[in-house]
Amino acid sequence: MSFNTKKIKKNAFRITKDREVTALRIRVPGGHINAKYLSLIKEIADEYGNGTLHITTRQGFEVPGISFADFEEVNKKIAPILEGMEKEIGVKIADPREGYPAAGTRNVSACIGNRVCRYSNYDTTEMAQQIEKNIFPNDYHVKIALSGCPNDCIKGHLQDFGILGMVEPIYHQERCIGCKACVDNCHKRVTSALSFEQERVLRDEKRCIGCGECILQCPTNAWERGEQFFKVVIMGRTGKKNPRLAKPFLKWASRDVVIAIVNNVYDYIERHIDTSLAKEHIGYIVDRTGYPKFKEEILKGVELNSECEIADKINWNGYQTGEKI
Amino acid sequence: MGFNFSENGFNQLLESLNQDYQIYAPVRKKNKDSFSANDLITYDLIKSLEEIELTVKSKYSAKEIVFPIRETLFHFVEGEQFIASDTDDKYIIFLRPCDRNAFKRLDKIFLENGPEEDIYYKRLRENVKFFVIECTSGFDSCFCVSMESNTVEAEDYAAFLRFEENGVSCEVNDQDLAVEFSSQAEEIKFEPQFIEKNKVEVKLPDREKLTNEVFEHQLWTEYSQRCIACGRCNTSCPTCSCFTVKDVLYDENKKSGERFRRWAGCHIDGFTEMAGGHNFREDYGDRMRYKTMHKIYDFGERFDFDMCVGCGRCDDVCPEYISFSKCINKLSTIIEEGV
Ligand code: SF4
Ligand code: SF4
Ligand code: SF4
Ligand code: SF4
Ligand code: SF4
Repeated sequence: MSFNTKKIKKNAFRITKDREVTALRIRVPGGHINAKYLSLIKEIADEYGNGTLHITTRQGFEVPGISFADFEEVNKKIAPILEGMEKEIGVKIADPREGYPAAGTRNVSACIGNRVCRYSNYDTTEMAQQIEKNIFPNDYHVKIALSGCPNDCIKGHLQDFGILGMVEPIYHQERCIGCKACVDNCHKRVTSALSFEQERVLRDEKRCIGCGECILQCPTNAWERGEQFFKVVIMGRTGKKNPRLAKPFLKWASRDVVIAIVNNVYDYIERHIDTSLAKEHIGYIVDRTGYPKFKEEILKGVELNSECEIADKINWNGYQTGEKI
Repeated sequence: MGFNFSENGFNQLLESLNQDYQIYAPVRKKNKDSFSANDLITYDLIKSLEEIELTVKSKYSAKEIVFPIRETLFHFVEGEQFIASDTDDKYIIFLRPCDRNAFKRLDKIFLENGPEEDIYYKRLRENVKFFVIECTSGFDSCFCVSMESNTVEAEDYAAFLRFEENGVSCEVNDQDLAVEFSSQAEEIKFEPQFIEKNKVEVKLPDREKLTNEVFEHQLWTEYSQRCIACGRCNTSCPTCSCFTVKDVLYDENKKSGERFRRWAGCHIDGFTEMAGGHNFREDYGDRMRYKTMHKIYDFGERFDFDMCVGCGRCDDVCPEYISFSKCINKLSTIIEEGV
């Protein structure tokens, strides 16, 4: 058997333990899939694979047991998935019958968001799809995930970019019945940003993380759902060298700002990637250039909204896996 | 007198009424409900027909216009008290039959219940004219027919409106407004229609049979476990009228400040707190029982109708899916069957 492994991998197929077979990764941008595609995926698994599916942590499907001889045929078969789940949302794909055009930039995943979850501050899938449209196809290794609120159920804290929904709660004293449900809840479950003084609720803006729980608690809508914002945590990762949680980079960033910085990531990588390596994850590039350089370049040309706060410095720590425990 | 307006015609009417009245109606506030991307349907000022939301029941009632959530009663300045000033504003409120009937309950409580009339309620209430919105199908949780609040007497509204595809037909009772209406529309024959059947029907328990035993019934224990005392059933109710009075002082030497009242609710912590911090209705099931008895028994003993008007809002808003109509029916069954 002879083929270019790099090409195969770029096409979202994997080199596996078994020399004869490969596995195909199917992206599900925003983690939400029209159920009709499941029958197609099942068909491929039954017909070309070994009849099983692996559900990936990035919310995709991996179809194992596909013979290398069949990969072009499989690509033709998944064309409707590329049409419906990628082209449909604006991703540029020249020929959907040739399979995925890239695999470096991973599926943009998302928690279930406000299509279902009461805590979510926005439609995570919709925004994930917009980001997918802007950055895919791309060979550079970037992992992005979106959560509806700071609960971060999609674990954005383990991604290069974790995008967490925030909302500005606006208090209307004239609607407040002083039940303190918001105050008690923020104290017990969030950051104790609220206090009750002089028969009114005060919000400490420095402590408030914009989760919106106070809005959900209030029995009179005295907390108004204000503008939508985002917290962006960056450069979290697992991996063999130095696993670590992402740290806050932006707070109270507007949607436009989030979209713009993600778009800028690729130029930054282009300039600094170590081309002697087969691949280099963005987190390690940031380790090399330092956060100030990253910050300067990623914010280039980005018009920050006035509420947006940016981290002065970031110390990720994490730990070195070789350390004695 | 009956009239028919085109949409344009009705908007012109609203425009001229707006010169003298603040007009309140249920409106849709985009993305403003508690959950993100959900619209809040609530009362607010309107200027045009298009702003009125007729397809969904409002989350809160018009109660807050006449009985504000928080209302200043006195100002204190240098040891003297001044009654909070009044405005000359006049109001028109668009509301459904149940909600109009809810005001009859509020009138009883604020104007006929105590030794004196409540001046704060009265001075707002006197300036209100009601425009009743005809209900054609009602909403899923409504049980106004069972509570006999599906109909409204002609003397209880200034106007009664039927919203049609291409305009508004209505009847006007208020003499001051009749001139305004007749100068802008042609006269027609108009007969108000009332809804006669809801999807939800409630059977009220036989008053005679409500005994102490029912008070101890395990029915209430179920609610002790389910209710979380969030108070939404109280705040959305058009007839809940409890409030607490509080003072706040603005400065350190305690010379200036205000006394205000704000809504309270029997389901909310602190409602029955007495001096010394003793809270005698701590159990949430006891609170449910208290509310139920008040809404469908105690009030009716004193006045000639029950307090609950069957608007169904408490069912719509309860995060624990506790249904008040279901509770009343369960109570009736227990009493009838003695279980
Ligand atoms: S948004 Fe969250 S952190 Fe801020 S005050 Fe409300 S509950 Fe507390
Ligand atoms: S939950 Fe709402 S009503 Fe209760 S104290 Fe907070 S703002 Fe006031
Ligand atoms: S309870 Fe429902 S049907 Fe009855 S008057 Fe009110 S809104 Fe209309
Ligand atoms: S108790 Fe419930 S159904 Fe009855 S008037 Fe109040 S909110 Fe409406
Ligand atoms: S709305 Fe439901 S949970 Fe909240 S206090 Fe009322 S009955 Fe209890």
